Amino acid sequence: MSEGARLSEGARLSEGVMSSGVIHDIGYQRYTGPRLGRGYVTRSLYLHGLRTVFGLGRSAKAKIFPWVAVGIVAVVATVLTAVRAQTGRPVLSYADFPGAVAVLTTLFCATAAPELVSRDLRGGVLPLYFSRPLRRADYPLAKLAALVSAVWLMLAGPLTLMFVGGAFSVHGPGAVRDEFLDLLPGLVQSVIYAAVYSSLALLVASFAGRRAVAAALVVAVFLVTTPIVGVIGVSGGQAAQQLAFLASPTTLVQGVGGWLFDVSGSDVGPYGPVYGLAVAGLVAACVLLLLVRYRRVAR
Amino acid sequence: MTQIARESIATELIATEALTKRYPNGVTALSALTVDVEPGIVGLVGANGAGKSTLIKILLGLLPPTSGQVRVLGLDPVADGERVRGRVGYMPEHDCLPPDLVAAEFVTHMARMSGLPRATARERASEALRHVGLYEERYRQIGGYSTGMKQRVKLAQALVHDPDLLLLDEPTNGLDPAGRDAMLALVHRIGTEFGISVVVCSHLLGEVERICDSLVAIDGGKLLRSDRISAMTTTTDVLAVEVGEGTQELAARLASLGFCPRIEGRGLVLPIAGDAMYDIVLDAIADLELPLHRLDQRRHRVADLFREAANV
Repeated sequence: MSEGARLSEGARLSEGVMSSGVIHDIGYQRYTGPRLGRGYVTRSLYLHGLRTVFGLGRSAKAKIFPWVAVGIVAVVATVLTAVRAQTGRPVLSYADFPGAVAVLTTLFCATAAPELVSRDLRGGVLPLYFSRPLRRADYPLAKLAALVSAVWLMLAGPLTLMFVGGAFSVHGPGAVRDEFLDLLPGLVQSVIYAAVYSSLALLVASFAGRRAVAAALVVAVFLVTTPIVGVIGVSGGQAAQQLAFLASPTTLVQGVGGWLFDVSGSDVGPYGPVYGLAVAGLVAACVLLLLVRYRRVAR
Repeated sequence: MTQIARESIATELIATEALTKRYPNGVTALSALTVDVEPGIVGLVGANGAGKSTLIKILLGLLPPTSGQVRVLGLDPVADGERVRGRVGYMPEHDCLPPDLVAAEFVTHMARMSGLPRATARERASEALRHVGLYEERYRQIGGYSTGMKQRVKLAQALVHDPDLLLLDEPTNGLDPAGRDAMLALVHRIGTEFGISVVVCSHLLGEVERICDSLVAIDGGKLLRSDRISAMTTTTDVLAVEVGEGTQELAARLASLGFCPRIEGRGLVLPIAGDAMYDIVLDAIADLELPLHRLDQRRHRVADLFREAANV
């Protein structure tokens, strides 16, 4: 084979490689697969919200605060467990635990709620949701469910840690069973905390587009009402003192704990059912207002 | 590229009958609007406040009409809003993107919000971003995108679930001339190559007439005109004459010769009626001894048609 022929052969070959190596634009492909309905969409929105709260699938910056909060609560739980292992006596009951870390729960809500709703408000993203197979109410309810779940997980996780630690420091299956029965009120109290804090925080945040403003508002709502409790508690009689906890969402939940699980530091006397109604009423009112709010937001 | 055959949807894309929307504050946004729109690329034109956005919201089932009927893809958006919204893609006019999310992540999320299963959503999000020309940049945060790229992400999220109808509200908003052309070319490609019907809302008629099959013009909530572009532009070629002076005299002379000239800007415009008219017009100019600056045939712009319709 002559030099020239070999060259042209090579050229032909490389041309062949080239042409088979071309990336073909396969053009637009239709979608014929399943289109899932509103239930799936709402569920996906809920999961997306849950991930958002913990900064999953987001930048490292978005992960800092939620995980610091979770970390601190976990450390508190670990210390409590360690002290109990040393002294053999629990420092706090399980039901007392959510109240003990309430400040962290407040801060957690104050950052998570704006993350869930204020961001979408500010970015004008809502029209994209509402132009999809969702109903108006699905959006706020999915977001609320995500926040309630997140707050509950933040409290229930450390409680479980404490339970595991406690289960190792008691002896016999019966004792472990008793320990578990002690844990249950803690988990339920966490549910109440999660419901009250989340619904209030999400409602407040849904009125502010800027996340910083929303966070400040949430903290304010939880903090400004606390002195009222103190004032009533100091100035009033016994009945006033026992009803004073109604004045602030923070103490309200403690009051319910006092009624249902004998949580320390909240003597509500005979007014327990009043606290129960107040909690139910507060959550219902927040959810209702949230729905009204999202009926209005059109953009 | 072969055109993708769509399963035959209802021949009518959008049909409204005496559609009226009055807001509680007394503003009538749409008044007895009756229009039938065939599949294809449709321009919905009207000034700001003409009722375009209200119409879109009604088509999406987000606003109930005060009275009248409306059907989209053969469905009633009032009763069947979720099904309609499942088959329609909507690109809003204003900013609607979260700046701190990665484009691929965001479009995937929006695909799931349209009911696509998780894995499919991811695939189609990549595809949609590729089709709008953002494949390389899809793992960057949206906040760092240019206006043109943001518009493309907005289009991608509307396209991701393979809708049968795309509603684009002012898709060229905020774009520079090159960006406008690219966006219009993309919309045209979606309407022809992808086979998806598109409604393009715009207050710029010149822009949409370039890519649309038909036009719907509304003004003050009323239908101005609705027709296929081809129907609007046939037999509408005009002769534009510009003389240095004596435009009025020329107009009078031509009118006396049986033409119907119209003064437009510094010149005259008259519908073309046969080849002989060139000579007649030139003779008239020569007779009057006027300096001829320009004489050319041009396509009657659709804008003129709407102006005429508005004057009637």
